[in-house]
Amino acid sequence: MCRIGAIKSKVPFHPSEALYLMLPQQEGHDNSGFAMVMQDLAGLFAKYKDKPLLSLACTQKGAKLVEDYMEAHNFRPIFEWIPRGKRQPGLDIKALPYYIFRNYDYPEHYRNAGQAEREALLMDTRLALRKILEKDDQGYVYSFWPDVLTLKEIGDPRDIATYFNLWEKNGDLMAKNIVVQCRQNTNYDIVRYAAHPFFLQGYTLCANGENTFYTKNKEFQKSLHRGYVGFESDSQNFLYTLHYVLHELKWPIKYYKHVITPLPFEEIEHRPDKAQLTAIRQSLSHLEINGPNTIIALLPNGNMMTCCDSKKLRPVVVGGDDTTLAISSEVCGLNVILPNRDKSKDIYPNEREVVVITPELEVQRWKQ
Amino acid sequence: METVKTQDVTFNDLNWKIEYDADRCTMCGSCVAVCTFGAIEVVAERRSKTVSKGHQPDPTQQHQAVPVIKQKNGAANACVGCGICEKICPNRAIHPVRNTDSRGTLVSRSGSPIKRGGRTNLNADRTLDKIVVGRISQMTDPSLDSERHTFDILAPFGRVLPATELPFQSDGSELSLTGKTPPVNWIYPVIFSDMSIGALSTRAWEAVSLATAYLNEKHHIPVRMSSGEGGMPVKLMESEYLKYTILQIASGHFGWNRIIKAMPRMKVDPAGILIKIGQGAKPGDGGLLPAAKVAEHVQAIRGVPKADLMSPPNHQGLYSIEESVQKMFLSMNAAFKFRVPVAIKCAASATSVSVYNNLLRDPYKICGGFFIDGIQGGTGAANEVSLDHTGHHVVSKMRDCYLAAVKQGRQGQIPLWAGGGLGMTGNAAADAFKMICLGANGVFIGKLLIQLCGCVGNEHGRCNSCSTGKCPTGICTQDPRLVKRLDVDKAAQNIVEYTLALDSELRKLMAPIGNSSLPVGRSDALVTTDNAVANKLGIQYVC
Ligand code: SF4
Ligand code: SF4
Repeated sequence: MCRIGAIKSKVPFHPSEALYLMLPQQEGHDNSGFAMVMQDLAGLFAKYKDKPLLSLACTQKGAKLVEDYMEAHNFRPIFEWIPRGKRQPGLDIKALPYYIFRNYDYPEHYRNAGQAEREALLMDTRLALRKILEKDDQGYVYSFWPDVLTLKEIGDPRDIATYFNLWEKNGDLMAKNIVVQCRQNTNYDIVRYAAHPFFLQGYTLCANGENTFYTKNKEFQKSLHRGYVGFESDSQNFLYTLHYVLHELKWPIKYYKHVITPLPFEEIEHRPDKAQLTAIRQSLSHLEINGPNTIIALLPNGNMMTCCDSKKLRPVVVGGDDTTLAISSEVCGLNVILPNRDKSKDIYPNEREVVVITPELEVQRWKQ
Repeated sequence: METVKTQDVTFNDLNWKIEYDADRCTMCGSCVAVCTFGAIEVVAERRSKTVSKGHQPDPTQQHQAVPVIKQKNGAANACVGCGICEKICPNRAIHPVRNTDSRGTLVSRSGSPIKRGGRTNLNADRTLDKIVVGRISQMTDPSLDSERHTFDILAPFGRVLPATELPFQSDGSELSLTGKTPPVNWIYPVIFSDMSIGALSTRAWEAVSLATAYLNEKHHIPVRMSSGEGGMPVKLMESEYLKYTILQIASGHFGWNRIIKAMPRMKVDPAGILIKIGQGAKPGDGGLLPAAKVAEHVQAIRGVPKADLMSPPNHQGLYSIEESVQKMFLSMNAAFKFRVPVAIKCAASATSVSVYNNLLRDPYKICGGFFIDGIQGGTGAANEVSLDHTGHHVVSKMRDCYLAAVKQGRQGQIPLWAGGGLGMTGNAAADAFKMICLGANGVFIGKLLIQLCGCVGNEHGRCNSCSTGKCPTGICTQDPRLVKRLDVDKAAQNIVEYTLALDSELRKLMAPIGNSSLPVGRSDALVTTDNAVANKLGIQYVC
């Protein structure tokens, strides 16, 4: 079982916080990886918030392939952060030779393009890079998006942090949101693309559980959007559905839960919004999920969200103070990073509940 | 000695031979009285007997004329193996035996094709029994509890729009509907399939209809029953119970004048309309109700005189799928003012995927279900050549249709319903569940229901005499004396009890794979030890 977590704060914080949140939850587990998505960056990247940031790991040949592609497609590099960690021997990390965290300027003819066009360009570029790198197994591209940085690696999270110098709070790498996971999935092959969190066009998501409707979801999602690819993990289904409901269908957020875990027909029958709920359930029956799950998502507008499966078969807790709130599979993580919070205010969402934290740290809760 | 004429048809040329034990027989005559086919008679036979009457043994041989039960010669009175004589005999003196050296297929074709009812006798192989539910929730995800958890066991009947076409308007936090969507009824994933009054006796039809109403009203299991071609009693059409019925229109359009006349007085809408294009048991063969079965009440319901009633193999004027769609659109949808979903039933065929694609792409989006009927389905009357030698297996065909929809991202838009031999071994829940995992939204069952009413026919040539008007169980005949053999209440009760068991069995299959709603298209839950089946259906091969 994975452990997942997320921190949201009014003031930028350092990724080591995310490690402190996760490590206590690692008890008895295999420490097989570390992955995080940072959004709303401060520190080194603060000046380039509107410039798409490419996060990838690759071989030397892969790096060249990426450079060539970006150049050929008129992306101009404007800033790069090279992690200068301690590459000491004995670290448990399956490191790749190159890690690229690089801001680009949009191609000339996209400077005045609208939001939708830019979003499409960024996604298509990432998909193209993925394809190029995949060919001879030359690397992995995680995100290409303004103000979003993704880091994923296989190994012991402590050592990965050492390798990337994440223990040193030097102010280089800071963000107001981090979604994090400290364990590779256990059900599938250990591959970097199968590690949560997953990212697509501003939507980040990680999940803890097993989606037993994976095959149904996958078969349906494949034809819904060209960005719904990979499917290395059954948790990608959650991200793609989130993206589909909010970004493609443009439905309000509360309907996401109605899509993934619809109410039983008997209950729908007694609801005032019966017509809508029935229509949603029947049209998107192939996006319903089953099995034990908790998800944490981060949206383009900076809202953070968590909810569970319809039987609440996986735990999650939300807690914090006026400046920082965190979501975690287990409360022990919260106790480490936010020991002085008012624990009586911790929220344990139930199977019908959705909890959203806004950038102002307002907590919204509602029942499906 | 008589000269043997080898062309004479004698009982040992026929499919069934009667075994009779004169020593056990008390000459009650029940078997002869009960045999509706006139296959046996009482005759006197000369027997040589050794008799001893005195105090001391004093055996003498005598010739006596003794009454015995004897099977008749000739194909016209052939025993069909129904076993009713055996059922009634108090002394177990008589029973039919399958004649492994039968010449039945040769001696029964006297100038015209063999006609019979029932089902195919040649294609009874079972793909579904080679498949098991092999993806059981263990460590990674918990099984559910079939007794404790709630399960949503419902399937759509009606056209489902893609989400992008739902007439929704968003104010940022709520969606509201700004237009109409096609009607969709969520019903039990097992439909009691279309068997007409005419093919069935009124009593048998009544038993199915009683069971349907009882399951809905008392057990809240929303089972729907299809009327079959030929309409239904006006009283029922004008009652509340119409909502449990799917009205069928087939190529003969029998009964529709009465349905249309009853419309203004209908209190509720029917559950749906099913347009029958073809039937899996006898694709391309049209409907057939022999005059022998066109009793007075059948004439009344259908509005016809006593005569052979043939439904043409096609709807008149129907020359393309597009036209059938139009036909549905214009007549059926409009008839009920677009409140009642309209579905279509076709015999499974090598062309099913094309038909399904056409329906999926129909711009009016009015087809509310695609019913595929396989070769193992049943019928009241058909030419044996159609029953045994035409048709298509339903399992892979339904799967092909589902995958065709998957390819286009249209799965679920026109619900897939499969039938034709499902439940033929008595295990309808397992059959339904596997079909659902392969992509069906639900299944329809017919033969199983009449078997629950007492039908003794099977896939090995037993009985299958539904076309003769002599159904020995009173199910498939209009002869009032035979119909009395059927206890309506008991038959309905059998159907109810079977359905309750089926419902629990479905839960028992959903719980271990950890699903609380139907796993439509969850092919990953299935495995097979047959490599060919695995390849064809795209499921995991195991050994
Ligand atoms: S088995 Fe049926 S058809 Fe044959 S003799 Fe007995 S009752 Fe008649
Ligand atoms: S018992 Fe009646 S319904 Fe069953 S096969 Fe024989 S004739 Fe047909």
